[in-house]
Amino acid sequence: MNHLLEIRDLEVRFALRSGDLTAIDRIGFTLEKGERMGLVGESGAGKSVTGFSILNLISKPGYIAGGSIFFRGKDLAALSPEEMRSVRGNRISMIFQDPMMTLNPVMTIGDQMTESLMAHRKISRASAEALAVEKLQAVHIPSPEARLRQYPHEFSGGMRQRIVIAIALLTDPDLIIADEPTTALDVTIQAEIMDLLLELCTLKDMAMILITHDLGVVSQVTEKIAVMYAGKIVETGSTENIVARPQHPYTQGLIRALPGSREPGSRLYQIPGSMPNLSAIPKGCAFHPRCERAEEVCRREVPELLKRGTFQRLVACHLVGV
Amino acid sequence: MLEKSALVTLNKVVKHFDISGGFLEQLRFKGLRPRLEQKKVHAINDVSLAIEPGEILSVVGESGCGKSTLARTVMGLYAPDSGEIYYENTRIDTLDSTQMLVHRKKMQMIFQDPYASLNPRMTVRQTLEEPLRFHQPSISETEVRDRVAEVMEQVGVNPVWGERYPHEFSGGQRQRVSIARALMVDPEFIVADEPISALDVSIQAQILNLLMEAREQRGLTYMMITHDLSVVAHVSTRVAVMYLGTLCEVAPAANLFETAKHPYTRALLSAIPKLGQKKPRHIKLKGEVPTPIHLPSGCVFHGRCLYANERCRREVPRLLALSSGVQVACHGVEEGRVLD
Repeated sequence: MNHLLEIRDLEVRFALRSGDLTAIDRIGFTLEKGERMGLVGESGAGKSVTGFSILNLISKPGYIAGGSIFFRGKDLAALSPEEMRSVRGNRISMIFQDPMMTLNPVMTIGDQMTESLMAHRKISRASAEALAVEKLQAVHIPSPEARLRQYPHEFSGGMRQRIVIAIALLTDPDLIIADEPTTALDVTIQAEIMDLLLELCTLKDMAMILITHDLGVVSQVTEKIAVMYAGKIVETGSTENIVARPQHPYTQGLIRALPGSREPGSRLYQIPGSMPNLSAIPKGCAFHPRCERAEEVCRREVPELLKRGTFQRLVACHLVGV
Repeated sequence: MLEKSALVTLNKVVKHFDISGGFLEQLRFKGLRPRLEQKKVHAINDVSLAIEPGEILSVVGESGCGKSTLARTVMGLYAPDSGEIYYENTRIDTLDSTQMLVHRKKMQMIFQDPYASLNPRMTVRQTLEEPLRFHQPSISETEVRDRVAEVMEQVGVNPVWGERYPHEFSGGQRQRVSIARALMVDPEFIVADEPISALDVSIQAQILNLLMEAREQRGLTYMMITHDLSVVAHVSTRVAVMYLGTLCEVAPAANLFETAKHPYTRALLSAIPKLGQKKPRHIKLKGEVPTPIHLPSGCVFHGRCLYANERCRREVPRLLALSSGVQVACHGVEEGRVLD
């Protein structure tokens, strides 16, 4: 067990009055030290829930119903809340979509940074501040000493997200989970933030899970991809490989639906219908009602995530490689 | 100045928002002398633009550049502080609301968030019937029914669902209803403000296709506001790039994506993440977007521009027409300092 992170048969459910909903249905993947992975899918696919469950941040009525999350050999799902706290924000950090929601509006940047450091380490205030300055420099914030005394509203959106990244980096984590880190930002800022994340990951040999719906961003930053649909991983493999030759009809559809893959002005390829509600996931392959190639077996049997066909990757589709 | 062929013409439109607040908030002391200070957001500064019939003009730019304000000003939702707006040959920014009615029917708008733009207490049928009854009070009951069914069919919403409420639909379906509402009164010109930004990737393609189909079937003209440049490249015929309330470049879509002239346009285009492009190779801009409250002197972009010189800091560049229908507002391009 030399993986940095190994998720096995993870199942997350939400206990509702009408019965349990399965949000994550027995997924598994591994991540090595310094490896960058993209979790791709549309809203409701379960990609954020996956990110949250790694940090045990699933709140009621949600719960982890089964499976294990091994991080550096320890099962995170079995840790006590205190033990978990020493991992969360320390060895594993998370970056969220909206920096304004992450930062406390009534605390200075400096206070927020030192607070997080002093919670995890026995460290004096002065040395915590010195470290905060160093991290702000690492995310290219000019005159960091002066910036420490400022409040979040005094920064622009791009700067705020840099600060959030600086806070995530404070404890030099082994893994950073970035949940749609650039969705709330403009394209030029998005490009800067992605450059920054990539730079920091390579510099510190830090692993990253990038949760996003944007295949363009994923293809630039990550080494491997897991495509999720209705709580399951439907295809996973190297980024280059999947982008060039997607095998699952859903991945193919996502890529073909991107503007820019066709002659300007022509009709875009469209996947019919929309993502099913978690309370009404279709029998058999969850994607079959939207799939052009669906056959009898797809309506009946749930396809397993297996190595299928000639390419180096796992696909959950009956029709691949037969 | 009036171009006969254009459907919508904007001439030197300016829109500022006063944010100085009440008397006490404006009150400042210089030494011991009290004086009133006003603060303004310079949302649109001297924008001239002609939209030809049948085209899809996309207005692109980052958040806060004034593109949505421009859309709303064109629709008459905001009155411009100065400048003129023409629909065909009629000046519409000075019309009162009764005189404007005729034009409102020809100009419709689609909004970004289909969760906020539909009345949650009205069924889809009521939402769709309302504009029709308002603009054509004499219309008969059967005509209304037929028209609703026809438009619903066209946008791909089953007419049987007319009695349902918006919450019963998904985001993509709601956006179809919003589009249907705009199409009900048979408009000529549609302003779409970020019509797909709130939708999932697989749904975006459906809505874009729908907009393109509606244009072909009905001969519509679009003004599309968006920040998604790959969408722009796919659907538009012409693109207007905005920065801090000012037009930097207006060019046919094909030209823009191949040979962008303005330094800001180039930086913007280089930032699009492309599928399968391994190393992101984008042009890095200096600094941050300045606030539209205190506009930079001269060219609004000069503080971040790699090519800026003394003239750029002093003199506001005008939008100059180059060959091949490209218009650029840049001293550097004019002087040949900014090379291809």
